[in-house]
Amino acid sequence: MSPSSHGETMQRKRTLAQQDALVGFALILPSVLIILGISLQPIISTLYLSLFESSRGINAERTFIGFANYTTFLSDPVFWITIGRTLYFTLVSVGLELVLGLAIAQLIHTHPPGWQFLRTSLIIPWAVPTIVNGTMWRWIYNADYGAMNGLLLQLGIIDKYIPWLTKPNVAMNLVILADLWHSVPFIALILQAALATLPADLEEAAAVDGANALQRFLLVRLPLLRPAILVALVIRTVEAFRVFDIIYVITNGGPAYSTVTISFLTYLEMFSFGHVGRGSALSFLISLFTLIMAFIYIRMLYRPEEKL
Amino acid sequence: MKKTLHIIVLSLLVVLVLVFIYLPVAWLLISSISTRAELLSTPIHWIPQQPTLQNYINIFSPAQGTSEVAKTFRITLWNSLLVATSVTFIALVVGSLASYALIRLRFPFRQSMLIGILGTRMIPEISLVIPLYLFATRFGLFNSPVILIITYLSFALPFAIWLMAAFFDTIPVELEDAARIDGCNRIQTLWRIIMPISAPGLVSTGLFVFLTAWDEFFFALILTSTVAAKTVPVAIAEFTGRYVVDVGGMMTGGVLAAIPPVLLSLIFQRYIVSGLTAGAVKG
Repeated sequence: MSPSSHGETMQRKRTLAQQDALVGFALILPSVLIILGISLQPIISTLYLSLFESSRGINAERTFIGFANYTTFLSDPVFWITIGRTLYFTLVSVGLELVLGLAIAQLIHTHPPGWQFLRTSLIIPWAVPTIVNGTMWRWIYNADYGAMNGLLLQLGIIDKYIPWLTKPNVAMNLVILADLWHSVPFIALILQAALATLPADLEEAAAVDGANALQRFLLVRLPLLRPAILVALVIRTVEAFRVFDIIYVITNGGPAYSTVTISFLTYLEMFSFGHVGRGSALSFLISLFTLIMAFIYIRMLYRPEEKL
Repeated sequence: MKKTLHIIVLSLLVVLVLVFIYLPVAWLLISSISTRAELLSTPIHWIPQQPTLQNYINIFSPAQGTSEVAKTFRITLWNSLLVATSVTFIALVVGSLASYALIRLRFPFRQSMLIGILGTRMIPEISLVIPLYLFATRFGLFNSPVILIITYLSFALPFAIWLMAAFFDTIPVELEDAARIDGCNRIQTLWRIIMPISAPGLVSTGLFVFLTAWDEFFFALILTSTVAAKTVPVAIAEFTGRYVVDVGGMMTGGVLAAIPPVLLSLIFQRYIVSGLTAGAVKG
């Protein structure tokens, strides 16, 4: 590059940068407008609605009450019971999912006979729509004609048909089982893909150093899998915490409110009781929890040392 | 000897997982081809003695005397297809442009915009639904496929941007530099160079967005009321709400609703696994 053309190149670079900024804004503008309109504006409206007493439906008049909707929850036992129930659902289902998903991923990784067929099969429960999944299990759990009663009776485990979904402590666990059918394969898919990319030489070196199979799994493989496990964990925790669809079809919140989670309570407040203000406050709390988890998730995906 | 035992144990475990996966699906399929009498018999007829396709016929060529829900199911299938396809198309076009800009071009607030978009993807539907409902009623969009397309973009668009960003990031910058030396501007580079090699990314992103839209239940439940806009998940949930439950019809509806996503996922399974590892999640 000759010195005389140097200034010209700088000039060209500057106009290119300006052109980039212009094109960039033009390309991103439609997305930003859509997101502002259908996500940001509504969530701010919801926050605004949550500051009002409004218990006669969506279009009724309302009175400003500040944060009273939030403070009443703090002293409302129903709220705390619902939170507890939601945490139970979240912890049990995410915990079991991770353990079983990891076990299945591990199983596939050892390449037993039929492992490719198993890997493909995992896609099916993941792809079946949530509502279909729920409807299917509801029919399996049916008190009078359900397959679960039929099977357990023929195996001699029960001696007469049992109306499973009318038992408060059983119903929640059956919803969890239906949820597991869908999410265990999902976790297994993610983790088996992660396992397939792990370098083998580290474990071989550990074996040479005298580590047994369990030690190699716990001390070498598990730490290497940590990023994949964390991603799956956060995604599933957010989803499980806001579970709604599958509960709607399997138990509709019953029996005796025993499967009402925080999202379901919000739905009831908004659309069954007409408590728009309280419902909005609840939904905002769910958003807040999600936001915190999202923050953790983004921090995990995009470590500072990596480029965006 | 020890090795054979090892293989036997592992094979048994494989069979166990396969049973857990396929048993419920098998029962769904069997129930859909059973007569009402056989479905309601005790002990259970695991294998139907008189398998029938009547439930499928009821949905696809509704004659007299078939249940109202079965008749309307066909229309809801169409609604689902229309909504999911439109959402996928819009999210792909609008989202991939934004995503390209966010990954490749230097401009102010780029990073905070990307993080902001990722954040909106996580907002739960229930926190948006009341304002969106008020919007729908004010503009006469309640119970129309249009409001579903609009509201579904709230999760589909950030999702598409996110997935495409992960994809664009893997395309070497040198390729674009070469195109620019040859005299292409940014838009030409995007159209002639980037889009053609992004085909796999577009396919997998489109697939995930379509599956998510097909699966969506909550917005459709709140924002629709008749077959004019009802989608398949709402139609299936309604089967259960009726006083007289048409189990055969319900299971048939379930099979039909599951066929498109399951087939697509199996055909494109390569893309599914790579998409999942890129952080894609249908849930």
